[in-house]
Amino acid sequence: MQVNENKEFQPLIVAFCCNWCSYAGADLSGTNRLNYPTNVKIIRVPCSCRVNPMFILRAFQKGADGVILCGCHPGDCHYTSGNYFTRRRMTLLFSMLDFLGIERDRTRVEWVSAAEGAKFAATMNEFTEAVKKLGPNRRLEDLRCRKQ
Amino acid sequence: MQEAIISKAKQLLADGTVNRVIGWKKGEFAYDITPAIFESAEEIDADFVYDDFTSANVSKYLVKESKKEGKVLAFLKPCDTYSLNQLTKEHRVKRENIYVVGIPSDGKLDAEKIKAKGITGITGVEKDGDTLKISTIYGEETMPVAEAMSNKCLSCKSKKHVTYDELIGEDGEVIDSNRFGMVEELENMTSQERYDFWRNELSKCIRCNACRNVCPACTCENCVFDNPDSGVQNKAAADSFEENMFHIIRAFHVAGRCTDCGECSRVCPQNIPLHLLNRKFIKDINSLYGEYQAGADTTSRAPLNDYTQDDCEASIVHERGVE
Ligand code: SF4
Ligand code: SF4
Ligand code: SF4
Ligand code: FES
Repeated sequence: MQVNENKEFQPLIVAFCCNWCSYAGADLSGTNRLNYPTNVKIIRVPCSCRVNPMFILRAFQKGADGVILCGCHPGDCHYTSGNYFTRRRMTLLFSMLDFLGIERDRTRVEWVSAAEGAKFAATMNEFTEAVKKLGPNRRLEDLRCRKQ
Repeated sequence: MQEAIISKAKQLLADGTVNRVIGWKKGEFAYDITPAIFESAEEIDADFVYDDFTSANVSKYLVKESKKEGKVLAFLKPCDTYSLNQLTKEHRVKRENIYVVGIPSDGKLDAEKIKAKGITGITGVEKDGDTLKISTIYGEETMPVAEAMSNKCLSCKSKKHVTYDELIGEDGEVIDSNRFGMVEELENMTSQERYDFWRNELSKCIRCNACRNVCPACTCENCVFDNPDSGVQNKAAADSFEENMFHIIRAFHVAGRCTDCGECSRVCPQNIPLHLLNRKFIKDINSLYGEYQAGADTTSRAPLNDYTQDDCEASIVHERGVE
């Protein structure tokens, strides 16, 4: 874990992780004592395809600056095909967010297996950096939920 | 056309093929024609209208109507037949309880466009070649037909009926009308420009829900937007987040099922170009997963209910040019 003492902008990242692969991957990166930012809040879902577009929007509403969705690699979904549906849905959703002028780099899909603790940590580090560069989410925020 | 439709309706009522007809009648003004049910020849004689302002797609009414006793007669324009096909495919209507008479359409008029020319007190219109003769309480006016044509008809995708039991007139063809032109224009803007464009449009939304209510793809018994716990039930959006959310979710729910009938934009009292959101989904689906026209048939799998193992990754969105 990192402790950030300086006052630079710290993005809040919401990571939806499927129970069978990515959540286990996150666990593994923990047991391996790999570093990833404390700004990443993990929400465990049974399968990546449990995440409906509303979840992504709600995460932004409640203050997320970036939302990442992690699931099993294509072909490895515990429910056989869930992540294939996720892939189409999220592609279309992200494209729509981009069409509405919402920064596309605030969203991402990444496939992380239960064995890829290192990939999980690296992905989170990299995504957090990318979102940090974009600054706070202003285009898809709910003013009533802004803390301060 | 009105005479042909009326006599067809009376004939089918008289010979018992159907026991009611879903058609249209005049509203308060000559141009607000509304869908209505007719059960007898007398009712038809009294109120039935079909003219250049009759744009309402009646297929959504068939969700309820087709579940009642006996057959119902519906007159459908080419675009309306796509909606009905889609509803049939989703088992939302009982197709066997509907008698469809396909009617041709040479484009419907938008009264707002006529009024924008300063022409008011409209009592009737008549197409005369490319000229539109408008009678008003102040006398006769004229304007080019093309300038009064409704937006949904300007970007018509097909003059072909995809389902019918009988046709009045000749069937047409699928046509190419550059319906994605405006979507492309937006795609070529910068992210900031697009954001500003949509802020300007979506902030006009009064959450009347008309776009959802009219949409033939939006037939859920319990809509997410009617959920009292959602915090967004039938109320004007409190901020830009809610505006975005309503529009993204509404468009997403019909992605792959939207036939591009154009009803949502037509009924929007704020003239928000909502169909651009649906068309963006249609365009993406066509380019990423192969050409698909919702409602063209009743057997194909909807693109979001389907996948292939080598679909593109979501990162394709991030790799696009223009930021
Ligand atoms: S019809 Fe127009 S104003 Fe009404 S909810 Fe839909 S977009 Fe908003
Ligand atoms: S979203 Fe609009 S264009 Fe699409 S089916 Fe519904 S009303 Fe028609
Ligand atoms: S907006 Fe969504 S939930 Fe509501 S009627 Fe349309 S498809 Fe159904
Ligand atoms: S269980 Fe991991 S993506 Fe379906």
